[in-house]
Amino acid sequence: MGKPNRQGEVWVYAEQQDGILADVSLELCGKARELADRLGVKVGAVLPGSELGDMPKQLIAQGVDNVYVVDAPCLKYFTSSPYAKTVCTLIAKYEPQIMLFGATPLGRDLAPRIASETRSGLTADCTELDISDVTDNRTKEVHKNLLLQIRPAFGGNIVATIVNYDSWPQMATVREGVMSMQPADANRTGNVISETIEGLDPLAELVQVIERHVEERKVNLKAARIIVAGGGGVGSKENFEQLRELAAALGGVVGASRAAVDSGFIGKEYQIGQTGTTVRPALYIAVGISGAIQHCAGMQDSAKIIAINTDPQAPIFSVAHYGIVGDLNKVVPMLTKAVKNRRRED
Amino acid sequence: MGFNSIVCVKQVPDTANVTSDAMTPEGTVNRSALPTIFNPEDLHALETALEIRDRFGGTVTVVTMGPPKAADVLRACLYRGADRAILLTDRRAAASDTLATSYILSQAVRTIGNYDFVLCGRQAIDGDTAQTGPQIAEKLEIPQVTYLEEVVDVKDGAAKTARIRRNIGNGFEIVEVQLPALLTVIETANAPRPFAAKKVMRNKHAAVPAEVTPEKAEELKAKGLLLEQWTLDDINADLNRCGLAGSPTKVFRVESIVLTKEGFTAVEPTEEGITGLIQELISERTL
Repeated sequence: MGKPNRQGEVWVYAEQQDGILADVSLELCGKARELADRLGVKVGAVLPGSELGDMPKQLIAQGVDNVYVVDAPCLKYFTSSPYAKTVCTLIAKYEPQIMLFGATPLGRDLAPRIASETRSGLTADCTELDISDVTDNRTKEVHKNLLLQIRPAFGGNIVATIVNYDSWPQMATVREGVMSMQPADANRTGNVISETIEGLDPLAELVQVIERHVEERKVNLKAARIIVAGGGGVGSKENFEQLRELAAALGGVVGASRAAVDSGFIGKEYQIGQTGTTVRPALYIAVGISGAIQHCAGMQDSAKIIAINTDPQAPIFSVAHYGIVGDLNKVVPMLTKAVKNRRRED
Repeated sequence: MGFNSIVCVKQVPDTANVTSDAMTPEGTVNRSALPTIFNPEDLHALETALEIRDRFGGTVTVVTMGPPKAADVLRACLYRGADRAILLTDRRAAASDTLATSYILSQAVRTIGNYDFVLCGRQAIDGDTAQTGPQIAEKLEIPQVTYLEEVVDVKDGAAKTARIRRNIGNGFEIVEVQLPALLTVIETANAPRPFAAKKVMRNKHAAVPAEVTPEKAEELKAKGLLLEQWTLDDINADLNRCGLAGSPTKVFRVESIVLTKEGFTAVEPTEEGITGLIQELISERTL
């Protein structure tokens, strides 16, 4: 278990698959930059894989100072053990103080394995990260400049701030879209450091990837300018059609809350919220969504929010710019009609 | 012959019915105040283990860590066909984070021994972290396959292997893994079987010692209905790695978030109201 190294860098795990760096890793570079500047240290990125092309350059353009590249044929496809071994070896060598991972399926497989091996703390799905001095409630000891790892918990009923006093690196995962991507600066300079990890033996690996099938993303909520999202209050799969019609009229896409997904109204890939996708569209129409923290965490930064709900007390109204208290089966068709009429006048 | 599975299951608060009162001022969970359920994805892990046994032979052992009341999930496993059920209960394990929990469960798995598969649900609904499974695998020094959708095939013999289909978010992968291995299972993997009436009849009075009087425990033991109850001593756990002492993550602050109420423009659910709203969105260029 690592001791606190206050000169340590702030690291990002640079996730790449099939020749592409994950957006979430690039988003985290910007956050790491901000945290590192507050601490007066450098930003590092760990990039394991094979045939990595100009990925180090991309990372530097997003704010990274030192890119640690491990390029080995046996790292072509992700498997847990050799990737964990690679990152753990570099953690032992450089002792970063903070390490951030994207909360992707890959990140959620890799990060806990590394946290277990290094016996450090790991907080999943943070929605905010900050630096602050923290007084231990028990010992009254003051710990300088800790990473505050902030996340909703208990199905979004509460928000918890987690810290790690002395089992460093302080590690956290963050969902895609939660941190906004900073503009790339192609003129930024940084160091690319090639690392070799001893004992990576493809024949000794216990997991082999036999086949891999990657599909195009069917739903791209993050890129949508307008989202019409339905919740448990929508009531049925059939009622979701009305939301699709409104979304189509607006040139937008449909999304959903966890309640709607859990009720089987729509697929999981449409889920917006802490455990789904985080979105910031120009217009977000929340239909029959009560507004659990879990959901609001994933949409409250939308430029304009319209909430439609029969319950005037629903928490969703607290984040809304416009509120319509009424039956969605009446209100949604009226909205669709008003939008279509508007189009005819153009 | 056959494949022995150990399934780690968890009783969790039903997060759909939680209020802020469920937390203590210290920021830990007041579990006694909450309605509890069988963690949904753990049911899929159990089903995967039962299917492996049905297809290829072997045994299914379930283990849970929690208060005596967590024996409820053990009975639910027996009703579905688990062969053996163990409750790990110890006050010194309270307030464990995922690292400490995975250490304790890995010690329990080592103590049970002779296993080919360790199965977990991908994540529990009280934390949604998905960390404990991979951390148990690391502690046991065995490979992990997460996001399991299907056990495609297995090879028995001196060097056992399994072919697993796993979800990778934007598609799937087939991997071959040498056993023993830890698998985490997602909800699309299967449909958990219902209780079997005969197994309910046989096990409905099964209990752990902490749930009954010593006399009743003797009586249950004679009938083979006394479930195993272990403490940290039974699994040779290093106490420095359990509970608060073994948990590097500390809860610094817990807030029940009140969303900032800045007020919103109320729109009447009438044609006039809604047409006006659309006009406003057009004039400010949202539409």
